[in-house]
Amino acid sequence: MTATGTTEGNGRSAKTVPLELGDAVLELLNGFIIELRAAGLPVSLTENLDALEAVKHVPIGDRESFKYALGATLVKHYNHWKAFETVFEVYFSLRGKEYAIGEDGELLDLEDGDLDDAQAGDQQGAGGGGENLSPEELAEMLFQSLMRGDSQMMKGVARQAVRRFAGMEPGRPVGGTYYLYRTLRNLDLDGVLERLLQQAQDTQGEASEMDQRLWRDEYQHRIDQLQKEIEAEIRRRLVADRGVEAMAKTLRKPLPEDVDFMHASREEMTNLRKAIYPLTRKLAARLQRKRRHGRRGPLDFRRTVRASLSCGGVPVEPKFRNPNPHKPEIFVIADISGSVAAFARFTLHLVYAISGQFSKVRSFVFIDGLDEVTSYFEGVEDINEAVHRVNTEADVVWVDGHSDYGHALGVFWQKYGKDIGPRTSVMILGDARNNYHAAESWIVKEMQDKARHVYWLNPEPRSYWDTGDSIVGEYAQHCDGSFEVRNLRQLEAFVENLV
Amino acid sequence: MSFRFEDAASLRDDLRRVDYLSDEGIAGVVYLADRLQKPVLVEGPAGTGKTQLAKSVSEVLGTRLIRLQCYEGLDEAKALYEWNYKKQLLRIQSDRSDEHDWAGVSEDIFSDEFLLTRPLLEAISAPDPVVLLIDEVDRVEVETEALLLEILSDYQVSIPELGTIEAKQIPLVFLTSNNTRELSEALKRRCLYLHVDYPDLEREKEIVLTKVPDITENLADQVARVVRSIRQIELKKAPSVSETIDWAKTLVLLGVEKIEEQTASDTLNILLKYQSDIRKAAKELVTADGVSV
Ligand SMILES: Nc1ncnc2c1ncn2[C@@H]1O[C@H](COP(=O)(O)OP(=O)(O)OP(=O)(O)O)[C@@H](O)[C@H]1O
Ligand SMILES: [Mg+2]
Repeated sequence: MTATGTTEGNGRSAKTVPLELGDAVLELLNGFIIELRAAGLPVSLTENLDALEAVKHVPIGDRESFKYALGATLVKHYNHWKAFETVFEVYFSLRGKEYAIGEDGELLDLEDGDLDDAQAGDQQGAGGGGENLSPEELAEMLFQSLMRGDSQMMKGVARQAVRRFAGMEPGRPVGGTYYLYRTLRNLDLDGVLERLLQQAQDTQGEASEMDQRLWRDEYQHRIDQLQKEIEAEIRRRLVADRGVEAMAKTLRKPLPEDVDFMHASREEMTNLRKAIYPLTRKLAARLQRKRRHGRRGPLDFRRTVRASLSCGGVPVEPKFRNPNPHKPEIFVIADISGSVAAFARFTLHLVYAISGQFSKVRSFVFIDGLDEVTSYFEGVEDINEAVHRVNTEADVVWVDGHSDYGHALGVFWQKYGKDIGPRTSVMILGDARNNYHAAESWIVKEMQDKARHVYWLNPEPRSYWDTGDSIVGEYAQHCDGSFEVRNLRQLEAFVENLV
Repeated sequence: MSFRFEDAASLRDDLRRVDYLSDEGIAGVVYLADRLQKPVLVEGPAGTGKTQLAKSVSEVLGTRLIRLQCYEGLDEAKALYEWNYKKQLLRIQSDRSDEHDWAGVSEDIFSDEFLLTRPLLEAISAPDPVVLLIDEVDRVEVETEALLLEILSDYQVSIPELGTIEAKQIPLVFLTSNNTRELSEALKRRCLYLHVDYPDLEREKEIVLTKVPDITENLADQVARVVRSIRQIELKKAPSVSETIDWAKTLVLLGVEKIEEQTASDTLNILLKYQSDIRKAAKELVTADGVSV
């Protein structure tokens, strides 16, 4: 009996017969899966087929079910869910009766999202989607919808706001964020939030700080919901104008593990920060496991023979060497100036999260001056806090706060060079953009002579190395390896190999 | 063969009846698992009801739950089957005096009678439509995952001495993972994927109302709100659903009607496990301006 061999026939009521998919839907699904792959999701052939099978079992026109059916079959990493959702919204934003498009391609109006509907009692429903509202009335509707948390009304407000403020024109080649920005600017949601809080305070009276925080959370949550509606409305109109594929392409974004440290947006940065904890936990668990398994060293031939003598030469008990007896000692020397700061932060975080794998970790940070920050990490529970202190408290500016690798390395060598020994692995972090100062690369050479290994980690794409004022090649020639580490994926791989 | 569930919506109602509060996604994926006869891989943060989901589904169905608890070092003998070698030895010895040839003996001792079934084989050979829970599959080594693949895709087990044992019925299979390592693509390909996250405000409130006797609607609502707020703070470990429930129970025991700042910070140690998290949350909770990240 196999998984696929049994679905035929017996016992199935008419209601559960899988639907056959029409050509149009099939074509749409195909495009959808191609786009997922283009966005970096590793959709295999099996999964593709599973998805086609799965959607036959969900009620047609039920967008949410459709989404879960596709999600469960096509997305197997949580990190990829967001990318999936975006593509889904684009491909299927026009599905469902409420999103119908008229004969001439004009968008029809949402029946149940119309403002006149939402406030049925208050106003005579003239002219469809609330066109007749004055700007003040619309602002008031916005306020009321958020105050009540009325999602139908929010939908209506969102549509009306986009229609009025986004200034969308067919064929105009600008991205959705531009329209979003224009719409939001006109709505002044920050001001609305303050008004909502004020109103809550007025009606509820005396409130503790915590209560106020909870209100703020709630209203912020509703505002986020409204913003999602606005985004959906813009997307819907853009898709209608430009077609699905073109739209999907403009929205393509890297997956979190592939986001460039040096060019992450604020939102991406927040996501990266969130991703680092589970990532380090996973890495630590994996390394732990590896160590436990690799506990046995290679066979110790001589000891085995010697032990066999007591058994008449039969090697009954093989003897093993001790597994690599010494954990390495790590020195991290990191440039924390401007554009490479985030990279240094994540690397320090990761190294300290698995510091149990090393006999000792010492860390130094620099811009044009250099400071040891090892003590910041000692006895702290929350590595993030320590990393934060590094960025705010370390004494790293010598002259002007522009990176000077030569000087910083000089300070390091003079003060701490003697501490480097044959068990030390040194990781130097930075883009080696030296502002045309002296390189002093001899220091790295001497380091390499004393240390076990010296590695250079550079967050820039390799193709940019040694262009402009980057002199990474000059340092790298004295290193045991130089690595491009632009994102979490590469960082994780490097650190895992290090152990 | 008939299907276990009529549709996703009624499954959701049934789960509610046994005190499991699901959502559209959870119910939808479990429903599909039955329709497509595919295992569900349930992943998500600790204490969000992954294990409970399998238990509750079996309760809804009124079927047995067969559970394989995974751990590091789990092997074939504990997961699939093992030969009862003591019994085999006994048989061989008692046969010695007779004129039996080896072929006869070996045929004899490698038969059902000497087979010790472990959870996976048990689930496959069960005559009734069981639910199989493979809990915390991320704890086994990646090589051990291979043991599962045959079962998960073909619902069969190959035993060299006996041949292939095929399922008498297709069990409904749940695998859970805390995501401490990436599972192999081969395993994931065979499963439907369900990410169970922290519930939203409404669902968490409902869970609290269901699981905490004598709690008022009002207090349950506050509990859910405070927990939601705390989850927005960047913490080492956010409160899980089971911690929410424990906290709510404590508040009821303490006779709390409305959660004041003092009560909240005095009892944070029930919601949070790390000292640094407790300190951070205690500070942030009384910051009216919201999260300061
Ligand atoms: N949706 C829910 N409805 C009802 N109770 C729930 C729900 N989610 C969680 N719980 C409660 O939380 C407890 C913990 O859930 P469970 O053990 O299933 O979590 P888990 O996700 O398996 O956690 P872990 O990853 O630590 O194994 C359950 O015993 C149950 O009481
Ligand atoms: Mg569990």
